[in-house]
Amino acid sequence: MKILFRLMVFTGKYWVLLLLAFVCLLITTASGLAIPWILGEAIDTVASQGERSFLIWAVVVVFSATTLRGISAYGYSYLSVVVSQKTCYDIRNKLYEHLQRLSFAFHDQAQTGQLMSRATTDVEAIRMFVGRGLLGLIQMFILFIGISYILVSINWQLALLTLAFLPFVGWRAISNSRHIRPMWLKIQQLMAALGTTLEENLTGVRVVKAFSHQAEETQKFSADTTLLYNEHIRVARQMALNVPLMVFLISIPTALILWYGGQQVIAGTLTIGNLTQFILYLGMMAMPVRRLGFMTNLLSRTISAGQRIFEILNTRPMIQEKIDAIEAGILKGQINFEDVSFSYNLTTPALKNISFSVKPGELVALVGNSGSGKSTIAHLIPRFYDVKSGRITIDGIDIRDMTIASLRSNVITAQQDVFLFSATIRDNIAYGATSASKEQIIEVAKAAYLHDFIQSLPDGYNTWVGERGITLSGGEKQRLAIARTLLVNPSILILDDSTSSVDAETEYLIRRALDKLIKGRTTFIITHRLPIIKNADLILMLKEGQIIERGKHDDLLAKNGLYQQIYNSQLSVTIVSGETQEEE
Amino acid sequence: MYQGGRGGPQVHGTFDADEDEALGKVYNSRVIKRLPKYLGPVKLWVALGAGGMMVRTLAALALPYLVGIATDKFIQAGNLSGLNIIAVAFVGVGLLVWAGQYLETLFLSYAGQAILYRMRTEMFAHLQRLSLSFFDRSKVGKLMSRVQNDVQQVQELLTSDVLNAVTSVLTLIGIAGVMIVMDVRLALLTLTVVPVLGVVIVIWQKYARRAFIRVRRAIAMVNAQLQEGISGIRVTQSLSREEINLRQFDGINEIHQKANINAAKLQSLMMPLVEILTGVAYSLVIVFGGYQVLAGEMGPGVLIAFLLYIQRFFNPVLELTMLYTELQRAMASGSRIFELLDIEPEIKDSPQAIEMPLVKGELKLQQVSFSYQSGVEILHDIDLAIRAGETVAIVGRTGAGKSSLVNIITRFYEVDKGAVIIDGYNVRSVTQQSLRRQIGIVLQDPFLFSGSIADNIRYGHIDATYQELIEAAQIAGAHDFITHLDHGYDTLVGERGSNLSAGQRQFICLARAILANPPILILDEATSNIDTNAERLMQKSLHSLIKGRTCIIIAHRLSTITNADRIIVLEKGKIVESGSHQELLDKQGLYYHMCEAISTFTKNNMFNL
Ligand SMILES: Nc1ncnc2c1ncn2[C@@H]1O[C@H](COP(=O)(O)OP(=O)(O)OP(=O)(O)O)[C@@H](O)[C@H]1O
Ligand SMILES: Nc1ncnc2c1ncn2[C@@H]1O[C@H](COP(=O)(O)OP(=O)(O)OP(=O)(O)O)[C@@H](O)[C@H]1O
Ligand SMILES: [Mg+2]
Repeated sequence: MKILFRLMVFTGKYWVLLLLAFVCLLITTASGLAIPWILGEAIDTVASQGERSFLIWAVVVVFSATTLRGISAYGYSYLSVVVSQKTCYDIRNKLYEHLQRLSFAFHDQAQTGQLMSRATTDVEAIRMFVGRGLLGLIQMFILFIGISYILVSINWQLALLTLAFLPFVGWRAISNSRHIRPMWLKIQQLMAALGTTLEENLTGVRVVKAFSHQAEETQKFSADTTLLYNEHIRVARQMALNVPLMVFLISIPTALILWYGGQQVIAGTLTIGNLTQFILYLGMMAMPVRRLGFMTNLLSRTISAGQRIFEILNTRPMIQEKIDAIEAGILKGQINFEDVSFSYNLTTPALKNISFSVKPGELVALVGNSGSGKSTIAHLIPRFYDVKSGRITIDGIDIRDMTIASLRSNVITAQQDVFLFSATIRDNIAYGATSASKEQIIEVAKAAYLHDFIQSLPDGYNTWVGERGITLSGGEKQRLAIARTLLVNPSILILDDSTSSVDAETEYLIRRALDKLIKGRTTFIITHRLPIIKNADLILMLKEGQIIERGKHDDLLAKNGLYQQIYNSQLSVTIVSGETQEEE
Repeated sequence: MYQGGRGGPQVHGTFDADEDEALGKVYNSRVIKRLPKYLGPVKLWVALGAGGMMVRTLAALALPYLVGIATDKFIQAGNLSGLNIIAVAFVGVGLLVWAGQYLETLFLSYAGQAILYRMRTEMFAHLQRLSLSFFDRSKVGKLMSRVQNDVQQVQELLTSDVLNAVTSVLTLIGIAGVMIVMDVRLALLTLTVVPVLGVVIVIWQKYARRAFIRVRRAIAMVNAQLQEGISGIRVTQSLSREEINLRQFDGINEIHQKANINAAKLQSLMMPLVEILTGVAYSLVIVFGGYQVLAGEMGPGVLIAFLLYIQRFFNPVLELTMLYTELQRAMASGSRIFELLDIEPEIKDSPQAIEMPLVKGELKLQQVSFSYQSGVEILHDIDLAIRAGETVAIVGRTGAGKSSLVNIITRFYEVDKGAVIIDGYNVRSVTQQSLRRQIGIVLQDPFLFSGSIADNIRYGHIDATYQELIEAAQIAGAHDFITHLDHGYDTLVGERGSNLSAGQRQFICLARAILANPPILILDEATSNIDTNAERLMQKSLHSLIKGRTCIIIAHRLSTITNADRIIVLEKGKIVESGSHQELLDKQGLYYHMCEAISTFTKNNMFNL
């Protein structure tokens, strides 16, 4: 109920339209109710050899009633679509906005397919409810009362006989939909599972092919499909038992009216016209009663859809801006880590007591083995995650005291996993600075040593990049990511293993170009190739989330520690080949 | 009627609207011709269901007739026993409706689900056969919507739309027929509204069709925007582009809303139309029928029956107009499905393809040229011979074509010219499956499936024992970090392995290839995100493993490959140098330059030592 109420808040904004729709619906219902009545009167007139003039009058009434009904039905149908579409427009925007704001921690856990289904299928369920269920339920109620009243006033015995059936039919409809609901839920889950299998298979198609797993994948998929098939069959059986039964149950009162009412007509206590009215009204009532099941289904679907949507909307982004957060402006880039600890999940810490300080314009290198926490540090500076303890300051200000937007416009990361959008190369480079001029784009492309390659393509900068950049080589993707980062012109630049798929020479050229571009900026470089960070102002060697060595290249070499060992091993191979193998 | 999913959960038209294909023709012979194949196996069910449908329709038609008879023959005449009979007959006909609808609901659902199952698995299996070049061109979202939504559309076409159309037409004809039998003049008079309705509907359709196409397109746009918005979220946040994305989404969302409202305007138009025509029909019956009754030429029962029939006449009409759109959509879906099913895999096993036996691993490339798109040649006249058991490193500038070389050895793509020969077998003459069993490959992009780490490593060798699994992980150097994770080998990895560091993902991919235990091992920058120490250790443990195996290593970090038996330098799609590390250094060619680049960083000229 609370969920319905919250959903209605979205609709509430359009209460004027909703009210208008409701008025239309009332008119529809009322004029609809008038039609069988006047038809019955007409029949009586002709059956009892009454006035011809009454027929003309009846025609006028019937015609105006149907016209009125038609026009108001149009109004209702149109207005309810407007209200439901506007409601869903708001919900969808809100969801999208929220998804954009939710922090990395949320997206680490979430599955794209799942989120998609909330913004599509679930929003659609709500649209159905707002469009048809909300007022439809009220209309059903009014119709039921109206018809009962008319029938009772015509002939109460016959009315009782007829109406006695309806609660039973209604109850069957509801209990049937209760029965079927869990099955639908199951189907929904199975569909989602099927979707996930399909999506992973398609995105991982190279791996599937490399390991010749087509047969196994097909088997897995058809297992999913079989489950879905079985569940659908179960639903079909349930439906086959119930739907026709209900239709039959509704035809029984008609038979009763015919039989018992017919006797009354013969006995003279009821007119033929009344009998007709009964049959016509019953016909009018049959539909809503049968739809009772649909409505209850809709209602519970809406509630579960609402639940799933609010589950997202209720998730507060882990990263919250303080109310009195300040606009950081352009930062100089003096960074302090003060005893920073962090963990992704609550159990294993990813960073332990990290402290270091960087002066503006310095070059910092983060090195260390896989999983030692280098990328994690890179994630903390733009505040993609919040530290667990300790604090990070830039220019002396705790990053949690700045607005997120102003912080992130100062700190830009070229992430380790390159994600490209299916758009042109130009749009991808300009992703973070849409207003960049062509010259600027070319300039950063040159700095990333990408310009020549782009020029060699038939469509140049307008070349369409396939999904996730599928048609580019690994190094090309990485260089594109560097270019797009450079274009933003941040005061703090983080390159997370951004040249791992680039050959040493190109990397060297990029570094040289970068040296010019990053002059004056604080730069973090994460890499496994030690020689390239030799001239860094600060080198941090990480291991299991801790800094185990720090200092300048020469200091570290002098220390005889891990750094020296790795550095020498990387160097030695460039001097004498094969021998290193034998030495070890 | 239950329609196997309509009204139930549905994935909504993801990427559905292929530009102008949102709605097709109502009758597309290319699609229709293919359908019998799917109907064949379920024809008994369809027949039973269709039979039930007929019974239901005809029985439902009889009910107002019975009311008319009851009134004129028995009630007017005061015939009580006749009335009893009619009441019983009425219930009997009701039972027929019940039985008919039972058969219809059950068997049409059976048939529908069986067709869905068959089409889905067929499409999936077909997708598995298609070559990578196809996937380079396609969007995952679009393919998904083929298998999920389009299939459902076609299934509905086969098991409900067509039959519904038939029933509706049958009902209309039936009602007209009964009316005519009951009173020709009144019937014809009432039916004059039909041509009017027909004309209006034809005009309406033209506008409605356009409106519906716009709706389908808008849905596709919303979905595409959502999809990229979600999967690219990390880039968006790090480049602070949320506002722009929001504005873009808002724009598309609004287009979607407008398109829907516009379509609703048109769709709702049918209501007043039908209502007014019903009113006209009622009026005609009351006036002319009423006069006839007054004149004693007709019983009031006929009048009542006519009114009841009019009440039922317009539902099928409305249904038919809706069905018209449904049919168009289904045809469009059908043609998309068959278009996909008709795509021949560019790489197929030849009919004479043989199973490649376990090879020793001798590899030859003879005059191989290759391009992804015709006109842009990536590899030119490559000649390369690798002995069984040799370890060969391939180096070269980024974009030189190293990964492409691997792609043709595994026959992910077909060469334009020349031949790839393994142990004397041309890769084109053997089955792809037997070929790839010989080759274990670690791809440049470390893709993991969601599931446990153990499942991911086992991917290459499903029935490996736990012991083998651990050994492979140990050789890859992954064992240590895995055991440090909270749930060890049972740790679940997220989409694409999102909760692991990049290096950790590479370790797992390595373990996966090692466990597959193939005679030929290809590592395409398999250790680019792994530190040199770990890499060194891994290479040592790999060394014992790869003894006797052919090994191709692609790497940019030259320290990785100095021990290789041979180093091949690729430049702009050509092999420019080949030899051992020392030989190449002595040559002072491109390789020497690449090494020099590293030493430039170190600012000592190492080569003078
Ligand atoms: N699927 C594809 N479709 C079209 N072009 C492609 C495709 N894959 C790669 N290319 C192009 O082919 C060329 C060679 O790419 P390849 O991946 O073989 O390079 P590489 O030597 O592996 O480079 P890197 O070291 O950067 O990974 C590149 O210019 C790339 O843009
Ligand atoms: N999103 C995440 N959720 C949970 N754990 C994570 C997540 N990202 C990383 N980890 C874990 O945190 C630890 C540190 O990871 P991080 O990505 O910082 O390593 P790294 O030093 O960058 O390694 P690499 O050199 O492989 O990129 C690893 O053990 C990793 O498994
Ligand atoms: Mg990392």
